[in-house]
Amino acid sequence: MGIKSTQHPFFISVFFLGIFLFVWHVATISPPFDPTGKTEEELLVLEFNGDIVQTDDGRYVWNPEKEKVKGVPGPMTVAEKAWIELNEAFVIKGTNDHGIAFLVGYTVSRFSVGFLVASGVAILVGIILGLNQMLFRALNPFIQILKPISPLAWMPLLLYTVKDPKWTAILVVFMAAIWPTLATTAFGVNSLRKEYLQVAAILQLSWFKRLYTVILPGAAPTIVNGLRISFGSALVAVVPAEMLLGELGVGYLSWIEWNNLDIAGVIFAILVVGTVGVLLDSGFNKLAGLVTYRE
Amino acid sequence: MSFLSIDHLSKHFPSHSGNGKVCIFEDVTVKINKGEFVTVIGHSGCGKSTLLNIIAGLETPTEGGAILNGQEVTGPGLDRMVVFQSFALMPWMTVFENVALAVRSAYPTWSSQEIKAHVQKYITLVGLQGAETKKPTALSGGMKQRVGLARAFSIEPKVLLLDEPFAQIDALTRGVIQEELVQMWNATRNTVFMVTHDVDEAILLSDRIMLMTNGPSARIAEIVDVTIPRPRSRETIIEDEHYYKIRNHIIHFLVRHASHGQADESGEHTERSGPVEINFRDQATNQ
Repeated sequence: MGIKSTQHPFFISVFFLGIFLFVWHVATISPPFDPTGKTEEELLVLEFNGDIVQTDDGRYVWNPEKEKVKGVPGPMTVAEKAWIELNEAFVIKGTNDHGIAFLVGYTVSRFSVGFLVASGVAILVGIILGLNQMLFRALNPFIQILKPISPLAWMPLLLYTVKDPKWTAILVVFMAAIWPTLATTAFGVNSLRKEYLQVAAILQLSWFKRLYTVILPGAAPTIVNGLRISFGSALVAVVPAEMLLGELGVGYLSWIEWNNLDIAGVIFAILVVGTVGVLLDSGFNKLAGLVTYRE
Repeated sequence: MSFLSIDHLSKHFPSHSGNGKVCIFEDVTVKINKGEFVTVIGHSGCGKSTLLNIIAGLETPTEGGAILNGQEVTGPGLDRMVVFQSFALMPWMTVFENVALAVRSAYPTWSSQEIKAHVQKYITLVGLQGAETKKPTALSGGMKQRVGLARAFSIEPKVLLLDEPFAQIDALTRGVIQEELVQMWNATRNTVFMVTHDVDEAILLSDRIMLMTNGPSARIAEIVDVTIPRPRSRETIIEDEHYYKIRNHIIHFLVRHASHGQADESGEHTERSGPVEINFRDQATNQ
């Protein structure tokens, strides 16, 4: 059972990928330039516009330079672009032209700082609110108003107050990551089975010991769920933050390739964003697996 | 001076309608001697678990109080360990860690070897050797409550408080664990205060059984002396001449109080009289 059931989905995945690449390839092939039915004048205009070029043997073909920005590039063009980018992954060509490995590094570190600080603050505040029903009810209206605000909506204000795009990008991630964790932590701590706290009270555990032997592990599965939601929204926020702030990173890569009208580069950047997401997500899941338990 | 005395205890909760209060039970006075096993029987909702929680210090009484060994109960403490109906084992800890958490709290000066040996002793006592590294999820209800008992006995509390400890365990296993509890109690002679609605369980384990009327305003109406010699076992106890007398008496009481208000209509006990003490040995000699 083991071999078959683990191999099948893999082959099916490869099969679907093959179909997708094939359809993509076929759909993006442009037919060779056909000069029949065109007057000499029309051909001259096309050549003048740079749409076509004359080869050494006198035939007209599509201008290969213009081909790159015409329509959607095919998989081969993207693969070629990816190959070039990956070969230069560790090369710094200029202030704003860093290799893809650096861009991934910038995004991951920017994301990590914002997410970790937000999670720390959210868990701490969430525990306090979860243990104090009165405080929770008092602050809940504010949380409800702040929670649905898009983290990007904060950006102009943040940029104005901190006056530094680096920190603004991190703060945008922070704003995206704080609310789901805060709300679920408060809920998780509040709905912790009261017997656990009673046992802790009978055993006369100190406040700190109660926190890390009973409250935190008890609420951990709920907290992890909150972190997971925060993680997703922070990952969504980091890309546009980089685009808008012009901070080097994978989001920035996507935008700069668009500015260069290099659509293959844009597609490559999208794939890199996806890959970075998978890397961060699998790391997160490993961590989450350590703290969850079954009732 | 008795070891544990519950003195004119009353508990009121604010009523659901907001104004006014609901009296759960009132004027409960009980004296329990050291090494005695006392059980409270009553219908669900009569406040017997609230009574236990007040002794545990997990809830506060409206009036009166509990005095243990000359000291008034003001909050939870290591001298009064509860065995919970829902087991209350930390599901993220192994069996060993659950017991060790309690032992470490009760004996903070012990070395890790001493703690380990002590934990192992009590895990062995409840027959769970080999399951130390299992998480509670991997255990049956009976095994979970064995861990609960090991945890409670391991800190050697002055009073053990059993809150319907076997209510969530299947009937066959329940009998086995009851017998194990009898043996553990014989070995340690702890003072035990138990709450249950299982009549046979109460007779098997207790020295005295307190019968509680239904709430609101529940009170302890009768105290039945279990005049069956120890050591007891489930097999031999039913042979005793007092067994069915006691059992029938308790069941009659519970049936009489099955619906609200009926107890008062019967007019057997006037409002303010103390609990009636029932002792079948005395009755036999009197006759």
